[in-house]
Amino acid sequence: MVADLLKLKLLLLRNSLKRSTAQLVGVILGGLYGLGVLGTIVVGLVFLGAADPEFIRTVLVLGGSAVVLGWIVIPIAATGIDMTLDPARFVTFAIPQRQLLTGLVLGGLVGIPGVVTLVAALAQVFTWIRYPAAAVTALVCGLVAVLLCVVASRLVTTAVSSMTGSRRFKDINGIVAFIPLIFLGPIIGGVTAGFQNSPGFAATLADVLAWTPLGALWAAPADVAAGNAGIAALRFLIGLGTLGLFLLLWSRSLSHALVTPPYNAVAKRAGGNLGWLGRFPPTPAGAVAARALTYWLRDPRYSASLAVIPFIAVLLFFSGGGGGALAYLGPITAFLLAWSISADISYDNTAFSLHLSTGVSGRDDRLGRALALLVFAVPTTLVFTVGPLLMMGRLEDLPVMLGLGIGLLLAGTGLSSLVSARYTYNVPLPGESAFKTPPGTNFLMFAVQFIGWIVMLLLALPEIALTIAYFVTGDALFGWLSLLVGVVLGAVLLVVGIRTGGRWYDRRAPELLLAVSANR
Amino acid sequence: MSSPAPSPSVENEPGGRAGSAALSIRGLAKRFGEKIAVDGVSLEVPQGSFYGLVGPNGAGKTTTLSMATGLLRPDFGQVLVHGVDVWGRPLEAKKLMGILPDGVRLFDRLTGEQLVTYAGLLRGMDRETVAERTGDLLRALDLANDAGTLVVDYSAGMTKKIALASALIHAPRLLVLDEPFESVDPVSAANIRDILAGYVESGGSVIVSSHVMDLVQRMCDHVAVIAAGTVLAAGTIDEVRGDATLEDRFVELVGGRNTSEGLSWLRTS
Repeated sequence: MVADLLKLKLLLLRNSLKRSTAQLVGVILGGLYGLGVLGTIVVGLVFLGAADPEFIRTVLVLGGSAVVLGWIVIPIAATGIDMTLDPARFVTFAIPQRQLLTGLVLGGLVGIPGVVTLVAALAQVFTWIRYPAAAVTALVCGLVAVLLCVVASRLVTTAVSSMTGSRRFKDINGIVAFIPLIFLGPIIGGVTAGFQNSPGFAATLADVLAWTPLGALWAAPADVAAGNAGIAALRFLIGLGTLGLFLLLWSRSLSHALVTPPYNAVAKRAGGNLGWLGRFPPTPAGAVAARALTYWLRDPRYSASLAVIPFIAVLLFFSGGGGGALAYLGPITAFLLAWSISADISYDNTAFSLHLSTGVSGRDDRLGRALALLVFAVPTTLVFTVGPLLMMGRLEDLPVMLGLGIGLLLAGTGLSSLVSARYTYNVPLPGESAFKTPPGTNFLMFAVQFIGWIVMLLLALPEIALTIAYFVTGDALFGWLSLLVGVVLGAVLLVVGIRTGGRWYDRRAPELLLAVSANR
Repeated sequence: MSSPAPSPSVENEPGGRAGSAALSIRGLAKRFGEKIAVDGVSLEVPQGSFYGLVGPNGAGKTTTLSMATGLLRPDFGQVLVHGVDVWGRPLEAKKLMGILPDGVRLFDRLTGEQLVTYAGLLRGMDRETVAERTGDLLRALDLANDAGTLVVDYSAGMTKKIALASALIHAPRLLVLDEPFESVDPVSAANIRDILAGYVESGGSVIVSSHVMDLVQRMCDHVAVIAAGTVLAAGTIDEVRGDATLEDRFVELVGGRNTSEGLSWLRTS
């Protein structure tokens, strides 16, 4: 039975690759990347063996704890990360619990993260090769730690998936997951500061982690190397105990999940609230704008990209040496927001057929989507440009920054209107986690994205040049010129983008629908 | 084996609305890679008729209807809706059609009411008419109590009904419905049948695809049997079925019934 589950996982992996060559190419590239990372880790771990034991210990405990934490946290962020062996799918089969558990754990190891973790844990043995007893401990502890990773991740997945029966939870979870990301900036800043301020900080951190389930198993070999067999045994017990506890909890929640089909509690609600549809002008373009704006707020895939904006602000605040980079918050936000509708039709998926069957013209479709974005992107860009400059007392730079920001926003929106009428790629499906990227097709997406970004910068080249001229010469004239060019050129490019995109759309709309229906 | 030849009067009136055919499909063909999904389908849906399209799974019904409604570009063939070429003048043709596609998503983060309103506004209708008709449709389809619920939280049958409402909002002259009764409860299905019957009586034309022979026999006046991408028989129900029931005739045309013993181990006694 365990072997059957493993075979199933491998078969699913193989069949998913067979679907398209592009996907296969993507997976091969991803595999090569993973192999590169793995190679670096292994070589690093082998060379680490030459360092003194105290340093080895610090590195291994910190790195190992991060890995365990990653296995726990990532499934929360991405509820759809790897559900190929979703326990809910085995509900109708009579599989003994013990075998199901074993099969799911081993199945969790199949795949790039599992293999990388396993090999890295084994490579630890070479780090301790100078201390034979420690090397043996490292082997045992490493394997237990890998099991701990998989079991912890499965426990979290099962717990989360029993909650995600309700769509509302799923939606909120997709955004809540960003909160730790937003605090990542300050956390990284704090940890970096800690390292800079006291050289012993890392060692202290490692000391603390070594007594937690996260780091205990990674610290035990160092204790053996130092001759403290008793402490090593204690740490091993912490790790093993945690594994046992997690297994018990997982098995409990799994047996609960197997007899509790997901149920979506929905309250009936009468109509009467048209939302944005009642506020935008009652034209096709207005309707498209109202619908798109509703999605920006209600579809987690869109709202997740809104949640990223504060993250950028925090990041810039902490990275820019005293906040100098914060002055560029407006233009950077404008740049990212403008690009955000470049995959709009891909996000619609086959719901796009409604636009096709109602005979919306390309111009209305493009205009509506651009309008929905600009409704909130223009105020955001303004606030994010004025705010930081006000904070830093650099209001004299306002014209040049506004010119750059507005120019990027308008020209970029025009470009996105063009791109989304031509290219579709695999994006998370409606209702899926914003983090879930369908495997393999990333390559085309990154190619289009990369070239798109370059083109967007080229379109804003006049403003960029004027900004540089302004900061080099300090002549206010260049600032006002930048504002003028940004508004006028941006508006022209926006109109051109919407018109051309509309013409492409009119010619190719059925092909677009066919392309998005391949992603399901 | 034959489909009625297009009447010359329609042929001679490109763009004319006076022709007798609500929907005229001529030699449609579509190939996906190696597989020929639709292989020269010709159908004539007379104005004011209730036309059933039946066929086994994978026969090409959905592909044919997608091509007929402008959702999927055909490799060969022509489609006229009241004389308007769907692929030559798509925006004009789509004004005449109400389309319920099968197997596509909806904008399901809208509430039911918002979705139907959206469909109406996309058609360029004014706000008052849209609001009035949306209310009527939701009541007629027994969705009024769920009008404010997000479509993503609807059951399969409710989703089908809200999609149907979106297809009806602009009072089209031709309705193209792909599997409209799938997972719809019997009471709602009866309501929908009444709505459609009234619509046909007033001069509208409907083409539905379905698996349920019994339903097609009771509801439709014309039928076409399609299998492996070709039309096996087409005409009025009585022409096609002869003396047998439609179901027997269908099985006879399509074949594939297993008459051998089979699955003897499944018998419990």
